[in-house]
Amino acid sequence: MNNNDSINKVIKVENLTKKFGSFVAVDNISFEVGKGEIFGFLGANGAGKTTAMRMLCGLSKASSGKAKVAGFDIYKQTEEIKKRIGYMSQKFSLYEDLTVYENIRLYGGIYGIKEKDIKPRAYDLLENLNFLDKKDALVKSLPLGWKQKLAFSVAVFHKPKLVFLDEPTGGVDPKTRRQFWEQIYEAASRGITIFVTTHYMDEAEYCDRLSIMVDGKIEALDSPQNLKKQFNVNSMEDVFHTLASKAKRGD
Amino acid sequence: MKKFLAFVQKEFYHILRDKRTMLILLAMPIAMIVIFGFAISTELQNVDVGVLAPNKTSSIRQIINKINANKYFTIVKEIDNSKDIDKSMKQGDIDIAIVFNSNFNSDPKIQIVIDSSNPNLANSEMFYISSILKDYFQDANRNINLKPSIKTNTRMLYNPQMKSSYNFVPGIMGMIFILICALMTSVSIVREKERGSMEVLLVSPVKPIIIIFAKMVPYFVVSCANLLTILLLAFTLLQIPMNGSILFLCLISLIYIFLSLAFGLLVSSLVETQVAAMFASLLGLLLPVLMLSGMIFPIDNMPIILQWISNIVPAKWYISAVRKIMIEGLEFTYVLKESIILTVMSIFLIIVALKKYKNRLE
Repeated sequence: MNNNDSINKVIKVENLTKKFGSFVAVDNISFEVGKGEIFGFLGANGAGKTTAMRMLCGLSKASSGKAKVAGFDIYKQTEEIKKRIGYMSQKFSLYEDLTVYENIRLYGGIYGIKEKDIKPRAYDLLENLNFLDKKDALVKSLPLGWKQKLAFSVAVFHKPKLVFLDEPTGGVDPKTRRQFWEQIYEAASRGITIFVTTHYMDEAEYCDRLSIMVDGKIEALDSPQNLKKQFNVNSMEDVFHTLASKAKRGD
Repeated sequence: MKKFLAFVQKEFYHILRDKRTMLILLAMPIAMIVIFGFAISTELQNVDVGVLAPNKTSSIRQIINKINANKYFTIVKEIDNSKDIDKSMKQGDIDIAIVFNSNFNSDPKIQIVIDSSNPNLANSEMFYISSILKDYFQDANRNINLKPSIKTNTRMLYNPQMKSSYNFVPGIMGMIFILICALMTSVSIVREKERGSMEVLLVSPVKPIIIIFAKMVPYFVVSCANLLTILLLAFTLLQIPMNGSILFLCLISLIYIFLSLAFGLLVSSLVETQVAAMFASLLGLLLPVLMLSGMIFPIDNMPIILQWISNIVPAKWYISAVRKIMIEGLEFTYVLKESIILTVMSIFLIIVALKKYKNRLE
């Protein structure tokens, strides 16, 4: 690998391990994610994908191994990392009792965006989403699909290098999921790297590359196309089941 | 600092837009003052008295009239024999029986039988009846010009009318701040954990300490508003005097409010759900305040172990300080001990709570 390549890697993970007592939640995983890539992180419940992601976000300390996120070390430079990443979880990040605009302003403030910059950027965002008339509506009055779109826009509002999506489409129908992915593609085309965990296989197909975790280890890592070829099956569903059936850990 | 203000604003929105929270925060102190100040009262009221007098001499009659004339006591029944005393008491007809001996004129003896199923009440009844009787005999002795016996002159200091609201208002203050600060703060922090928004905040560059202090600010403000409401109601509605310095009272209240906030923070770092936070605050904080702070039951009457335990209940020190300043009108030097204990407790709690928070993030 040449130097140029290594600069373009937004995530570099080498032998990352997380132990809780004698339980090895994440077992010696290594992978890299490039700039603007949509990287899918699959695994059954309890396979360790959330733990792995929490270490990369700085929410949890790794037991051993090396990792760099956005060029910063996950042990020593978590503050630097936090400024450069976005995060959206299944439960969304929005406050239901704040208005759409108040939510945007709060997150803008959290990431240190100047007050005078927040307003024009918030209006741009709302206009792109066709949300301008809902600016002062309380978030709890919005339908689920809208909340989700808004939550994603808020997660990338501070223009992060990388955004972590933790099962972002839980509980929404395939059609809404499809619309949501258009938003993700759009962000990726602007150079934002997407790191997404999911257990929907239709979603897995949308990713550039996928890693599948089983019992704390990465068992497969490639593009959806190549994975299907490798396992000689027609769908990601089959790839996943072939691998997940090897799991010894329960939920 | 800007981030901090953005958070404080957000917390105010949460409170202002939640009507139920608003109602609890603002109406609860008023409701408590009214309930404890008027409805719940340990003062004597309508004590029913039975009389057993084999020979109704004129002096017995005078005594009976004197008791009946007292606003707390009503003679409701004349009892014929001592067995009926028990019966009448069980039926709830009488609370007290007064028994005169048969040769009262030559050798006056009086027995007083009191229903002590409520010991506090029985004590006060005993005290009142005795003083009425003592009064009578002093008067009677004077009339027949015997040499003066020892005269006791009792003065009830600080609360001459024995109003129970004098006792309850400091207690309510001890209770309200624990409820608002500890309960509401812990619930609001745990709510963010439950909804997953806390995780998003922890991923952001904002330091956890900013998030947490921003949570405390609105409840601190609300508590100060409640302090004013309670004091206003106490002075106007319950007519409790302010014998000491308002400044000291507010100062010690601020320490106590801060302590309660630290308590809430500690609770929120120990539990995962809002329900658990509620239970922990109610059982772990409110019960000790009610039982062990001296608000209802005097600490000096407790078993020695409970007396020890009561020393770690912050409300005990706060309530004692408020009583000293408000009712007894003492200078700040007299509540120095309470202030120091409360301050040390606050610092201890806040350190433990912050440590817990740090550990959780590992």
